[in-house]
Amino acid sequence: MSAVTEAKPKIVVCDGNEAAAWGVTLASVDMVAVYPITPQSSLVEYLAKFVAEGKLDAEIVDVEGEHSVLSVLQGGALAGARVYTATCGPGLAFMFEPYIRTPGLRLPMVMGIVTRDTLTPQSVWGGHQDAMSVREVGWIQMYCETVQEVLDTTIMAYRIAEHRDVMLPVNVCHDGNYLSYGAARVELPDGAATREFLGPPSVNWHAALDPERPMAVDPLTGGAGGPGPRMFVKYRKGHCRGMQNALRVIEEVHEDWAARFGRRHAGLVERYRMDDAEYAIMTLGSMTGAAKDAVDEARSQGRKVGLVKVKTYRPFPVRAVVEALAGVQAVGVVDRSVSFGWNGGPLYQDALAALSGALRRIPAMSFIGGLAGADLTVDHFHRVIERTARLAQDGQPGETVWLNEND
Amino acid sequence: MNDFARPIFLEDKLPEIRDSGRLDYRSKTLPTWCPGCGYFAIVDGVTTALKREGIANHEAVIVSGIGCSSRFPFFVNTYGFHTLHGRALPVATGVKTANEALTVVAVGGDGDGFAIGGGHLPHACKRNVNITYLLLDNGIYGLTKGQTSPTSAQGFRTPTSPYENPDRPLNPLLMVLAYGASWVGQAYAGRPAQLLDLIRQAIAHRGFSYLHILSPCVTFDKTNRTYGNLDLQVRDLPAGHDPSDLQVAMAEAMNQEAPALGVYFRQERPTLGQALDSLVDKASGSRKHLAR
Ligand SMILES: Cc1ncc(C[n+]2csc(CCOP(=O)(O)OP(=O)(O)O)c2C)c(N)n1
Ligand code: SF4
Ligand SMILES: [Mg+2]
Repeated sequence: MSAVTEAKPKIVVCDGNEAAAWGVTLASVDMVAVYPITPQSSLVEYLAKFVAEGKLDAEIVDVEGEHSVLSVLQGGALAGARVYTATCGPGLAFMFEPYIRTPGLRLPMVMGIVTRDTLTPQSVWGGHQDAMSVREVGWIQMYCETVQEVLDTTIMAYRIAEHRDVMLPVNVCHDGNYLSYGAARVELPDGAATREFLGPPSVNWHAALDPERPMAVDPLTGGAGGPGPRMFVKYRKGHCRGMQNALRVIEEVHEDWAARFGRRHAGLVERYRMDDAEYAIMTLGSMTGAAKDAVDEARSQGRKVGLVKVKTYRPFPVRAVVEALAGVQAVGVVDRSVSFGWNGGPLYQDALAALSGALRRIPAMSFIGGLAGADLTVDHFHRVIERTARLAQDGQPGETVWLNEND
Repeated sequence: MNDFARPIFLEDKLPEIRDSGRLDYRSKTLPTWCPGCGYFAIVDGVTTALKREGIANHEAVIVSGIGCSSRFPFFVNTYGFHTLHGRALPVATGVKTANEALTVVAVGGDGDGFAIGGGHLPHACKRNVNITYLLLDNGIYGLTKGQTSPTSAQGFRTPTSPYENPDRPLNPLLMVLAYGASWVGQAYAGRPAQLLDLIRQAIAHRGFSYLHILSPCVTFDKTNRTYGNLDLQVRDLPAGHDPSDLQVAMAEAMNQEAPALGVYFRQERPTLGQALDSLVDKASGSRKHLAR
């Protein structure tokens, strides 16, 4: 175990987009592909600036759309580069074709999603619907709560992605508007210490274009002809195994980060004031700040409420969630997106699935808020806490609650 | 010299606006564009052109992509659809193919048409779908706050090319001429009278008409495509330019230093709708569909 780094961290005040750009810079990324979209634009502009100023020694490839962005990065990663981009909303939708293919290729890379609600209705504001819409595609997805966490997670994501047992692309999600433009005091970890933490870039040599072993990547596999179904199943199972391995690797990497840099972020799930909690609320992303304030206030009034924040959403940390909720009699899950067809939020669905897999049934309710940039305030969380308290009493879950319905 | 270099007096302007009838085509939404943006002249041009061509509000459809330019349908009182970034042309093709009676105008920016949506243009040109495409070229991504676009000058500095833009700009006119557009013209937002004339011709043309409109982004481009610079650069096509000669049109298009304004190329040939109809004739051996 390493000691906390000697070098003094540099303090800067910056927003989440700049913090992500600092993370990319400290991770010594070789290549960044760029296409601007609100609220991501300033992130890639910071990267272009850092390269022009000589802070980051990387190629900036300014292309004609997001489909090309990820295609360029696939080429770059195959050729052995450590690569990065960020996008959101319609950009992510347009990127879908190469996006869905990247994890199957087992190309480690990091892509920020500066989360934005999806069209239509037209909106350029924050919400998790974009990232949620691609939650089953096989990327690792982690949601950040603070500007500092955006920076630290962007760096950690490379070590997770490039880990031998994982070899998968990672989305670091930070909330459009709230984190993208919200400025905070941030510690920049020391460059040399960060390089030591990450080690040299580790591409997936199975897929990489290695001149010593010429090969063509991704021929037709499986189905009726060719090698038969077993090859396809082998790849799919391997991908699933990589996702499951990631649960362990994410925790190890967060542990090591805390040991080296003295800053601890929960890797999978954070428990906040859960020790003697009788009921809990569950959150994702930047809303957690206001939710924690509400929990503190409720606690000061003697209410036994706690909070469970999910950081790693894919792979879903089933065990960690079940353990975090072990002692409570009810849970209220707050989503910033919708699972169409279930009339509830996706995190709510996942929490129910995790609990039922563990043969544990507790009354649960879905709360949806913060769509298209709507504010989720401490007052909204008081409503969530109050309703969940009632649920713990009577065990009667009601309909999904739309928190900004009358705002 | 642009048309705005002379002073404009309100008492002269108001009767002119009233007499043009263009307000019949303006929505109640006031444009959100920056004061001085070239796009105002283009809204005036399109609304006046619709009036002069006798096209009623309900007979016109304006289809846009995403960008400052693509906010166009909000400010015009016809049918309108604000599609996805880069997708105005396929949607406009769908509208026209389903209802030939409509006048369909696609509007978008240089990023919309030549970066993210660049794959659609060759096909709209070659199919000769009977729509008009107004390409509002400010050489920048305006809506996302001024990044480099495929028509930005080499060496241009923006937040995505803070050192300098290493790429050469595309040559949109040469591209659409090569793709087979049957009407190709260029206008400048600083010359609204000529702009109006060209919009009218483009709309009246039967087939795919492409009008490239040079338009300054006064907020994010202070150095390159400004009114001052464009005033010095633009020229009219030479007197006696023969718009039936594709090679001459291409030669003119190759001069990007002194962009020529006017009708570069014009050709009559079957439109997509006509081609589909004659295919039905050929396959069925009848002229049944004409009764529709
Ligand atoms: C798929 C997708 N990617 C990115 C964007 C963000 N975006 C909106 S407008 C725009 C560029 C607009 O430039 P242009 O088409 O030249 O229009 P202008 O604003 O200059 O009129 C971009 C990149 C988007 N809306 N959708
Ligand atoms: S940003 Fe530029 S293109 Fe957009 S409205 Fe303002 S001046 Fe026009
Ligand atoms: Mg533009």
